[in-house]
Amino acid sequence: MFRRIFATALLAGFLGGIGISVVHEFTTTPIILHAEQFEGKSSVPEQKQSKSGNPLLILAHGKSSGAAEDGHEAWGPANAWERTLFTTIANIITGVGFALILVACFSLSSGNINGRTGVIWGMAGFGVMSLAPALGLPPEVPGALTAELVPRQGWWFLCVAATAAGLWMLVFRTGGIWIVAGIVLIALPHIVGAPQPARIGGAVPPELADHFAAASLATAAIFWSLLGWLSGTFWQRFEERS
Amino acid sequence: MKEQTVKTQDVVATSSRKVMPAIVAMLFGAFLVIGVGFAHSDTVHNAAHDSRHSFAFPCH
Repeated sequence: MFRRIFATALLAGFLGGIGISVVHEFTTTPIILHAEQFEGKSSVPEQKQSKSGNPLLILAHGKSSGAAEDGHEAWGPANAWERTLFTTIANIITGVGFALILVACFSLSSGNINGRTGVIWGMAGFGVMSLAPALGLPPEVPGALTAELVPRQGWWFLCVAATAAGLWMLVFRTGGIWIVAGIVLIALPHIVGAPQPARIGGAVPPELADHFAAASLATAAIFWSLLGWLSGTFWQRFEERS
Repeated sequence: MKEQTVKTQDVVATSSRKVMPAIVAMLFGAFLVIGVGFAHSDTVHNAAHDSRHSFAFPCH
């Protein structure tokens, strides 16, 4: 079982990561590069929480970003090729990570898994990992004004866990109580509310930020459909061989 | 009675054979995603920067 899970996830994650890297190269990455031209031009002071009078206000990727406390710049990709390479590697690792979680769900499921049902599982992954968190924390371009990082990351995990649990109750349990509990769990993180910046009006034009939010969600939908299909297909194939 | 116990043990054994690999895979998968998307190291952040934004992980 270990072998089947890891072989499926490695293959699907690798191919899915490569595939989405090509898509990102023509969709989200050009918007990120465009947005970076506006980064640091905001009229709002670029200060971290510890230095700022307002603890909720920081500028994403301000000038201090990437600079270590001793004043030295942290390592970063040197040129466009290196940047693309590291983005691709990061996408592959993310792809394998998500594929492992997806395929682990396959192994626990009693239903029939193939490429087609894999896409349905992939859509569930999209809903849990991308769509639900985007309602509270819309995909952000570099230069957007945001709340402090750690509370946002904490809310993201809360939202993913609650949505996954809620969706499981709605899909795999029967009875009115489960439906109510599932809906309440899915709504809970949004009732609590994601951390929001105290002020809005970053340096990046809203047209660009809007475009990025749409591009990020659209590419996430492509990624999860692809990952679901690849994972389901390999999962079925490795069963036939074993 | 004895047969019943054996059957129960079989069910538990089958269930743990199924559940353990799934838990290990989920933990390892979460470890990879958190490493790429959430680690606070500046170097990891700079390397995975565009990937983090595109996947809409909360970033700086």
